[in-house]
Amino acid sequence: MLSVGSLSSATLYDKVWDLHQVAELPGGSTQLFIGLHLIHEVTSPQAFAALNDLGLPVAHPERTVATVDHIVPTTSQARPFADPLAEQMLATLEANCAEHGITLHGLGSGRQGIVHVIAPELGLTQPGMTVACGDSHTSTHGAFGAIAFGIGTSQVRDVLASQSLAMGKLKVRRLWVDGQLGPGVYAKDLVLHVIRTLGVKGGVGYAYEFAGPAIDALSMEERMTLCNMAIEGGARCGYVNPDQTTFDYLQGRPYAPAGEAWERAVAWWASLASGPEAVFDDEVRFDAAAIAPTVTWGITPGQGIGVDETVPTLDQTEPDERPLAQEAYRYMDLQPGAPIAGTPVDVCFIGSCTNGRLSDLQAAAAVARGRQVAPGIKAFVVPGSEQVAAAAEAEGLDRVFTEAGFEWREPGCSMCLAMNPDRLEGRQISASSSNRNFKGRQGSATGRTLLMSPAMVAAAAIAGRVTDVRTLLP
Amino acid sequence: MTSAPFPTGPINGVSGTAVAVRGDDIDTDRIIPARFLKCVTFSELGPAAFADDRAELNGQHPFDQSAHRGASILVVNRNFGCGSSREHAPQALMRWGIRAVIGESFAEIFFGNCLALGIPCLSVDHDVALAVQAAIEAEPALTLSADLDTLELRGGQGQLWPLSLAAGPRQMLHSGQWDATGQLLAHGAELAATAARLPYLQAFSVSG
Repeated sequence: MLSVGSLSSATLYDKVWDLHQVAELPGGSTQLFIGLHLIHEVTSPQAFAALNDLGLPVAHPERTVATVDHIVPTTSQARPFADPLAEQMLATLEANCAEHGITLHGLGSGRQGIVHVIAPELGLTQPGMTVACGDSHTSTHGAFGAIAFGIGTSQVRDVLASQSLAMGKLKVRRLWVDGQLGPGVYAKDLVLHVIRTLGVKGGVGYAYEFAGPAIDALSMEERMTLCNMAIEGGARCGYVNPDQTTFDYLQGRPYAPAGEAWERAVAWWASLASGPEAVFDDEVRFDAAAIAPTVTWGITPGQGIGVDETVPTLDQTEPDERPLAQEAYRYMDLQPGAPIAGTPVDVCFIGSCTNGRLSDLQAAAAVARGRQVAPGIKAFVVPGSEQVAAAAEAEGLDRVFTEAGFEWREPGCSMCLAMNPDRLEGRQISASSSNRNFKGRQGSATGRTLLMSPAMVAAAAIAGRVTDVRTLLP
Repeated sequence: MTSAPFPTGPINGVSGTAVAVRGDDIDTDRIIPARFLKCVTFSELGPAAFADDRAELNGQHPFDQSAHRGASILVVNRNFGCGSSREHAPQALMRWGIRAVIGESFAEIFFGNCLALGIPCLSVDHDVALAVQAAIEAEPALTLSADLDTLELRGGQGQLWPLSLAAGPRQMLHSGQWDATGQLLAHGAELAATAARLPYLQAFSVSG
């Protein structure tokens, strides 16, 4: 096999791809070995059923890890769930995992949570792996220098059956980010800015390599936020080259290598990074210092603006984007040319695989501390995992939020896709730290979503309207 | 709803009447809203395709127009199927009756999910997409025939438009091996060899 991987012109993507190539398939696609397979209750039941129909075993049950996140209630997680369909989905996952010998990090285990939160915090996600999951936000795991991507249920079946997938190789675009993010500006703002600039289709056919001084300075949790939303820019995977920040995060985690293997692992991981002579199919440069807290005004994650800007008019919109802009004006009921700051909100949601980690809650709590949620606003915080919840509670963040008038909930995906009881009602408009502002996304066919950072959501909750969080920071 | 069988075996073309759903960036939440994902089989998804868009349009959505009942080809615009990786989206379309999607461009995961079901996603230029959509809307009974060998789309009124589809998916459909499981399982020795050279599966005692 091979091998671009040995050349100094190789990117991390090239190296990891080459290492995982199993065979060339008829028709030109590549059979790719999957190092880590993550499953949850929504996209796996039909895959197990198909596997059973074919009479096939799970090839590597030790390389698949399960949790439950999409359908779990966040008020009470007592079993059975009030929703019999949700209960059936979890019971099906439990039965499938038991039958096939797959580890399930279930409710109350101390390790349950959103799949893209728990795999990193358990040390399951590591540099140089291929990671697949029946969820588009699997791109999150690229933060570690893994090739990680979402798949459909037929492909979940294929990974269960063979620990591999038929894939086509992507091109690689390097997004080089100079400078540093300013105070009150977070990875969420950076990625919304990237998507606003390159569009929701701009990344189709590409993996996004995030690099440069601004990326080097990001924490692992910020890198996860960034890579999480690569898919919203059309890029099936995004990644950051592994560095000391990566290694420091991983050391000591339950599934991370330990002892003598740790030193060998670090040496190998470090060798994977795209070298200084790496050749990219495309490159785009950004200046982190020029990015403001960013808010979406429309119905795709690409329809974003700085909090100090106005909703773009048709004249300010590229001709081929105008039909979508007009649809967004109608759906969102926001006026072209009007400032986004000051837009009243009804519901404020902090959580999701994008922004449900400890540092996200810390940033939001710093805004909420000593303040009060505005009258009439429903505000709630959903930690990304049981570990995040425990860590947040250990430092008193739950009390900061509840004293400010936020609800403090149990871990899960919650209102991001509203498969549990958390949802918008009617035309409600939400400030949300989640990842998609699609029509109907948060559970009401007419509900509206403004995407922003967790700190910006907290600011919106306090003010009752979209507010530049920088005015609330010390 | 159609009673046509689901795709099976080699697929060299798709023929039938068509339905146009206009708009860029139609995401999979719109194709099948998340509340319909609360299921452990795909079997009931067909009637729920575009549920919220259809409710919003109160009977005017193309999927609700009797003239398009039985359509097997869906004609769309740019970046169709973006967002969530839910295979429930192509499953819903397939169970509604769709056997091929023709559009300006497709989100990658959606494209792959369709391929795994034997549903080709065929690309056309912007002008062609608009022309095909206009032809369907003017004459819903128009029969279209997409030929995966010649990469031509023929309309029943003598129209001829070019299609494109990458060689890989085309060959997979042509050979009937669009469902990859069998091919993947055929490489047991190669799978074992790959696992043996992955440092993270060997306690980092091999260098890759």
